[in-house]
Amino acid sequence: MLEAVLPIAVLGLMFGLGLGWAAQRFRADSDPVVDQIEAILPQTQCAQCGFPGCRPYAEAIASGEADINQCPPGGEAGIQALADLLGREPLPLNPENGVEKPPRVAVIDEKICIGCTLCIQACPVDAIVGAPKLMHTVIASECTGCDLCLPPCPVDCIDMVERPASLMDWRWPEPGRKRGAA
Amino acid sequence: MQRQAEAVERARLAGERIHHFHGGLRLRHNKKISCEVPLERVPLPARLFVPLLQHAGSDLANALVQPGQAVLKGEPIGAYEFPDRGFVHAPTSGTIVAIENGPIAHPGGQAGMRVVIEPDGLERWTTLSPCPNWPGADPQDLLETMRRAGLVGLGGAVFPTSTKVQGAGAAGVHTLILNGAECEPYISCDEMLMREQAGKVIAGARILRRAVGAERAIIAIEDQMGVVEQVLKKALAASDAEHVEVVRVTTIYPEGGERQLIQVLTGLEVPSGGLPQDLGLLVQNVGTAAAAADAVIEGKPLIERVVTVSGNGVKRPRNLVALFGTPISALIEQCGGYEDDVQRLVLGGPMMGYALPTDAAPVIKAANCILALTAKDIQAPQPEMPCIRCGECARVCPAVLLPQTLHWQASNGQWDDARDSGLMDCIECGCCDFVCPSHIPLLDWFRHGKGMVRKRAAEQAAADLARQRFEAREERLARIKQDRKDRIAAKKRQMSESSESKKKVAEALERARKAREARSGGDDKQ
Ligand code: SF4
Ligand code: SF4
Repeated sequence: MLEAVLPIAVLGLMFGLGLGWAAQRFRADSDPVVDQIEAILPQTQCAQCGFPGCRPYAEAIASGEADINQCPPGGEAGIQALADLLGREPLPLNPENGVEKPPRVAVIDEKICIGCTLCIQACPVDAIVGAPKLMHTVIASECTGCDLCLPPCPVDCIDMVERPASLMDWRWPEPGRKRGAA
Repeated sequence: MQRQAEAVERARLAGERIHHFHGGLRLRHNKKISCEVPLERVPLPARLFVPLLQHAGSDLANALVQPGQAVLKGEPIGAYEFPDRGFVHAPTSGTIVAIENGPIAHPGGQAGMRVVIEPDGLERWTTLSPCPNWPGADPQDLLETMRRAGLVGLGGAVFPTSTKVQGAGAAGVHTLILNGAECEPYISCDEMLMREQAGKVIAGARILRRAVGAERAIIAIEDQMGVVEQVLKKALAASDAEHVEVVRVTTIYPEGGERQLIQVLTGLEVPSGGLPQDLGLLVQNVGTAAAAADAVIEGKPLIERVVTVSGNGVKRPRNLVALFGTPISALIEQCGGYEDDVQRLVLGGPMMGYALPTDAAPVIKAANCILALTAKDIQAPQPEMPCIRCGECARVCPAVLLPQTLHWQASNGQWDDARDSGLMDCIECGCCDFVCPSHIPLLDWFRHGKGMVRKRAAEQAAADLARQRFEAREERLARIKQDRKDRIAAKKRQMSESSESKKKVAEALERARKAREARSGGDDKQ
């Protein structure tokens, strides 16, 4: 009996020590879970989740401080992906954080803009260009549609519009669905 | 590197021996019916509707004209945002009536912007700018002429020719392959073009060969094309072209696919993610070559093409030369109209084409074939059954993929896995779909899947950009904050330093005073 148990026990001990040593020796620098969570988040940086950006929200999810259903731009698909990653049950989007909307882009009415730079300071991705007392404009390809530039504008000249649909965006629908319903 | 150089050397032997590619299908040819009468020209319709979306890889062209404006035949009417994407030209002279949204040939039945031209019937050309003395012209001039002429691959991919040739030329190409192998049943536009305009195709071969800097050109045709070989050889003998050969390849679908044709001619595979130029090859469609000859020798932009109109649903199948923008209904009319039992209109071949909801859609650069099909041509949709893992799909797949695995991954939304299993290498030939005994719509899944993978990649790129910009901004804000802190600290230090030195001075003075007092006190004692 002992001849059987002992070698296994010794082996187990050896492997345990080896693994423990490897875990210390090859520890990743940044937290891989946070990185993986952040990779799923849409990087809109809109702060609707209640954290000042996607990375802080990712950290909060990893530490258990926040739930996985607080990101409206990521929507159902995002929640599903987070649930898969973390092995949790998907939850419906928390309505307190907002609702899922089609992708949008900010447009400044350049006739009304007074050049106050407040929106430039609010934009989390530096997608607005302009200078004091000069008209501002949005770089559409860089705008994430986060809405953060709307509240600070004193003359209400920024609109969020749906990204214009382009024929280039058309994709073959899933088989079984109606054609054209991309 | 070593292996690649070896492969390039072996590719030089292209056409010496005919090889095979994996899988493929022998399909009913169905080409004869449209090859019985010579090419005909579609009469000028009452209105032309020229779509602004015609070239691959770019968004709508911007209209260069306005309603009410008169245009000449061959004048540019649309320009793409990226200059290398070329132009869209007025196919005839007349007046611009409108620039409006309307039916176009689109797989999703979507509408698109079209420039509507009312022809004046005079066919007045704009000033043509051919490339003078082209047999000795600079390759760059040839490319520029082709770009200005709005030349795109007419095999169906409509990728801008000058861009493709330039890229290949920069990588180094020894052999130009002209693709005259139309793989899909029914389509015979290239066959008729080679039969009737062999001289032009050969001139185009020489132009493209010069533009890319290749030593030789091969015109690859199918072994079932009958007289085409003799016609081409005769035309070759009559021209002073050197190092241009005609090679016959076995007719197996889809040997007209770029990668399949290369494999048939060289026995080599273009690596996944690679391009033909990695083997020193460039493949161009024969129609593109003829268009290159028009552009370079006569200075004419691309404004028309040969279109096969065929199928049991049309009275007199044939090949037509049609101006871009001609409504498909006008082509059908030229062919005697529909048969009574016509059921479906398809743009492209029966394997890879897509159904058109209306014949009001106009002819575009990509339109090689219009099929009018009857009920007996169309397989009644059969109920889909679960995959039985028979492996038939993998046996016929010319891209050597495992369609059953791809389907499993795609239908479960495992897009990353599907991509890693080679989904993007699928050439959408539909062979797997054709043989699947369970009637699984494999091709539809893969088309959908490729779109999903592309969309996800685009979203990922946008998210990465946003993350970078966010991080850069955070860093900048932190830096500004730190700078301000540093400045304040420095100021404070300065101030405290100055108070310290004052203190030091005061102390020194104090010490001096004390010393003085001490001294004077001592004097007193003396
Ligand atoms: S459609 Fe794609 S997966 Fe199917 S046989 Fe053709 S290349 Fe292979
Ligand atoms: S041919 Fe159809 S049933 Fe057979 S393995 Fe492929 S997908 Fe499955």
